[in-house]
Amino acid sequence: MPRRDVMHGSRAVAEAVRLCDVKVVAAYPITPQTHIVEDIAEMLANGEFDAEYIMVESEHSAMSACIGASATGARTFTATASQGLALMHEVLWIASGMRLPIVMVNANRALSAPINIWNDQSDSIAERDSGWVQIYVETAQEALDSVIQAYRIAEHEDVLLPVMVCMDGFVLTHTVEPVEVPDKEQVAEYLPELRLPHVLDPEKPVTMGALGDPNYYMECRKQQEIAMEHALRHAEQADEEFRGIFGRGYGLFEEYNMQDAEVVLVTMGSVAGTVKETIDMLGADVGLLRLRLFRPFPKEAVRRALSEAKVVNVIEKDVSVGFGEGALMTELKSVLYGSDVRVLGTVAGLGGRDITTEHVRQAIERAERALRGEKVEEVAWAGLKEEAL
Amino acid sequence: MGRFEGGSAVKVAADIPSYVRCRHVCGASLAATRCFKFRKLVKEVSDEELFASGHRGCAGCGCTVAMRLALKVAGRNVIVTHATGCMEVISSPYPETAWRVPWIHVAFENSAAVASGVEAALRALGKKGIKVIAFGGDGGTVDIGFQALSGALERGHDFVYICYDNEAYMNTGIQRSGATPYGAATTTSPAGRVSFGNRTFKKDMPRIAAAHGIPYVATASVAFPLDYMEKVRKALSIEGPAYVHVHASCTPGWGIASEKSIEVARLAVDSGMWILYEIEHGKARVTYKPTVKRPVKEYLRMQKRFRHLSDEHIAVLQRYVDERWKEVFGED
Ligand SMILES: Cc1ncc(C[n+]2csc(CCOP(=O)(O)OP(=O)(O)O)c2C)c(N)n1
Ligand code: SF4
Ligand SMILES: [Mg+2]
Repeated sequence: MPRRDVMHGSRAVAEAVRLCDVKVVAAYPITPQTHIVEDIAEMLANGEFDAEYIMVESEHSAMSACIGASATGARTFTATASQGLALMHEVLWIASGMRLPIVMVNANRALSAPINIWNDQSDSIAERDSGWVQIYVETAQEALDSVIQAYRIAEHEDVLLPVMVCMDGFVLTHTVEPVEVPDKEQVAEYLPELRLPHVLDPEKPVTMGALGDPNYYMECRKQQEIAMEHALRHAEQADEEFRGIFGRGYGLFEEYNMQDAEVVLVTMGSVAGTVKETIDMLGADVGLLRLRLFRPFPKEAVRRALSEAKVVNVIEKDVSVGFGEGALMTELKSVLYGSDVRVLGTVAGLGGRDITTEHVRQAIERAERALRGEKVEEVAWAGLKEEAL
Repeated sequence: MGRFEGGSAVKVAADIPSYVRCRHVCGASLAATRCFKFRKLVKEVSDEELFASGHRGCAGCGCTVAMRLALKVAGRNVIVTHATGCMEVISSPYPETAWRVPWIHVAFENSAAVASGVEAALRALGKKGIKVIAFGGDGGTVDIGFQALSGALERGHDFVYICYDNEAYMNTGIQRSGATPYGAATTTSPAGRVSFGNRTFKKDMPRIAAAHGIPYVATASVAFPLDYMEKVRKALSIEGPAYVHVHASCTPGWGIASEKSIEVARLAVDSGMWILYEIEHGKARVTYKPTVKRPVKEYLRMQKRFRHLSDEHIAVLQRYVDERWKEVFGED
């Protein structure tokens, strides 16, 4: 029987790891991810499930150990944030290049300097080209469900890519929400046992991580791209089947109040809650597209979803310094290239700065002014203290 | 430089006069050719080549010997992890591979971390009896891979880490590492008008490994194959982490002719520049004592990397060797 409970987002993730029968966990603590790895340790200490838990000496080694474990054929999990993710950078690319279905939760947190433990999404967005599937979630429930879905996507024989589930640090990890914890048997039905085509096994020796010279390297990259195309299809399918079994689904992105909306806000993660609240509060004719699958980017579907829109304002918790806007805005412009949709950007919530309904209202207002043909700023920084610059 | 402390003073295996001690195996028998144990051990060495020929190593590469012999001991039931470096590059240019056992290379600094993942997975999957060996060069071990190695040793994984030490970053063109000896010219510690080459002494990695309190640590040399193989065998048979540091010649890196490769490696040991010992459950034991202590100068003279050294610097190295010699063997 599924169990309804109230719990921190971190606990919800740990529950998912237990339910997925993960065999090897290798992790290193960092705020705001710590509760995830602590909760897993507690579950293991109480015999709630059985796994090897490697308490490594760094995130670089956490990902390296995950690579070793996954290559040996074990279902593998880790979690990190910010500096930890940055420290993993080198090995992230190797995990995806070696096509290992590792699942990781990133508790989104700002990057140093200045050192800051609070939430934004610059850490995982900086890894957008690392070859990992990236899912951004809005709630604790979605975090739990997405981890289960992540293994389904990652381990599909046509995909075999690592998946990063990104949840906003503190906002989701440390907030108590009602969560339905699925039944283990049901999860087993949804998620078959891991069978990889190639593993490290003396019975059938293989060489992994060989040197790929210019004759071979490009094809490896292209194969990753093809696998990403498959991941797009399988992410959709994994979500539909999930809905069939568990009665919940999320799609590749969520559309809210999109009917006839000429102004659409686009965002990722937990701030969608504030956006919906603002739209409701204002009774505005404004839509929201909350992107859930950032990699692979569902370009076609997003283009279709925004085909009726006139002005889009992207609210995002990251900025590409030197390009003057966030990565999602840039990508959306690329996706909508050739259409008449105007794309504006709002850089918000960096380093944990609150994003309020007032900020969202301003973003809507700017988009509406643009819609009326008024001259507006391309990119605005919400809640910026101009006087401190 | 580290020291053998009084408490763990190294004992030569048996009190047989050094000039009749077996140079290859046990230090406990008569001369090598007549040594029963030696002949028996040679016979016991597997004919099976699990590190295949045809790899891209230089002619005379001592490091490939370290790979090949370790696998002869390990047999087929092993999984190997490897750090980026010469041995990785020369053995795995896709679509070729020299590895007839399951093998994985991930990056430069994480062979030990990858091995911990492999070992944990084997345990989690209930696969018993499969050994795990992690290889790394001296750079991948004593420098950039130091932290990952320390972590893996401290956590007590059941695996053997083998550092093949050619005393520089050879793969990238002979740059100095923390294991480069005093005075050696490398491309980043060149000899010049105002430089005598590398200014630092070799980092004493085996003793740092031993300081982790792991059950087995050994030094070895490719010029002493049976001694090396015996140590790998022990390392594999002991439960828990084991560390084997094998001194291995590099022909271009050391500036030696390919046919001199093993001779030079042997002279490193016979001069005291490299000492063969093992530390088993905290007990240190020298496994080979040179019958005649050869002057360091002889060792240096054979190699281009030391050719520029003045008598003054050679004297510094000789003093360094003498100190260690005295500390380990208890005599001059
Ligand atoms: C993070 C990182 N830094 C640097 C390198 C470049 N690099 C590759 S192999 C190598 C040297 C390897 O030296 P060592 O471990 O002594 O092995 P050897 O090549 O001498 O056998 C270096 C510097 C790398 N691959 N990765
Ligand atoms: S450069 Fe040195 S270590 Fe590398 S293959 Fe040649 S001899 Fe061996
Ligand atoms: Mg080296």
